[in-house]
Amino acid sequence: MRRDIFQAIADPTRRAILVLVAVHAMTPNAIAEHFDITRQSISKHLRILSECDLLSQNQEGREIFYELKIDKMKEIDIWLDQFRKIMEERFQNLDQLLITLKNKKK
Amino acid sequence: MNLLFDFTVDKATKTIYITREFAADLDLVWDAFTKSEILDQWTAPKPWKVRTKDMDFREGGRWLYAMVSQENENPSRYSLVDFIEIHPKTDFSTRNCFADENGIQQGNGFSLVKNSFKPGLEMTTVYIEKKFDDLATLEKMVSGGYKEGLEAGMNNLDEYLRTMVTSK
Repeated sequence: MRRDIFQAIADPTRRAILVLVAVHAMTPNAIAEHFDITRQSISKHLRILSECDLLSQNQEGREIFYELKIDKMKEIDIWLDQFRKIMEERFQNLDQLLITLKNKKK
Repeated sequence: MNLLFDFTVDKATKTIYITREFAADLDLVWDAFTKSEILDQWTAPKPWKVRTKDMDFREGGRWLYAMVSQENENPSRYSLVDFIEIHPKTDFSTRNCFADENGIQQGNGFSLVKNSFKPGLEMTTVYIEKKFDDLATLEKMVSGGYKEGLEAGMNNLDEYLRTMVTSK
C-alpha cells in the first residue's frame, strides 16, 4: 500500500524515529529502546514509514537495519516551494493594488 | 522597482519567515492587511476570489472568508482567522485554521501568525512569522483547493510582467 508522506510525519513518534535513523541505521530493538511504548507499536510505525518509502531495510546477518531515505524527505521541500510561490503571487497582487489605491488618494 | 522578498523555513520549529517590502506608506499597507474590502482584492490567486463572510478586526474578533471561483460559487470550506493581539500600525498576531461556514474549526491543523510592519523611505517592510502546528497542515493548506489557482496565478504573473516591460 502506498501512503502519503505527510501521513508519516503527522505522528510525533514517527517524526522522532526519522530523527533517530537519520543519524545512522538502526535495528527495531535499538529504536524501541528510545521509546516508552510497546515493541509492537514501534513495528507498526516502522511499517508505515516503510510504506511511505521513507525507510529502507538492510539485512545484516540476523538483524534488519532501518535507514532514512533522504530523497523522499525532499518532497516536503516541494510543498514549501509551492507555498513560497503562492505568497509571491499574493504579494504581487498587492503591489498592483497599492498602486491603484495610491492613485485614488491623489 | 526591486522589492525585497525573503522566504526562509525553519523545519525544526515548523516556522516560515517572510520579509517583503511594499512601495507604499505604512497607513496604506496596514489597511491592506487588516481591512477585508482590501484583503478580498489581493489574497486569492486568480481566477479565485476571496469572499468575506464576516470581519471584526479587534482582539478576540475574527475574519471568516472563503475562496470562490466562477465554477465554485458555493464554497464548502472556509478559512478562519482569529485575532489574538493587535498593536495598531505595528503588529498583529492571529491563529489561522480551516472552518465551516459558521466559523467552527474543521480538522486539527492550525498556524500561528505574527505580522509586523516597519515604515521606511517611501515604502513599508512587512515581516511575517508563520508557525505551523504540524508541517502536514502546510500540505493541506497548499493543496486545499488552490492548485488550479496557483497555476493560473503563474500565468497572471507572466501577463503582469509583460505589461510592466512594455509600459517602460
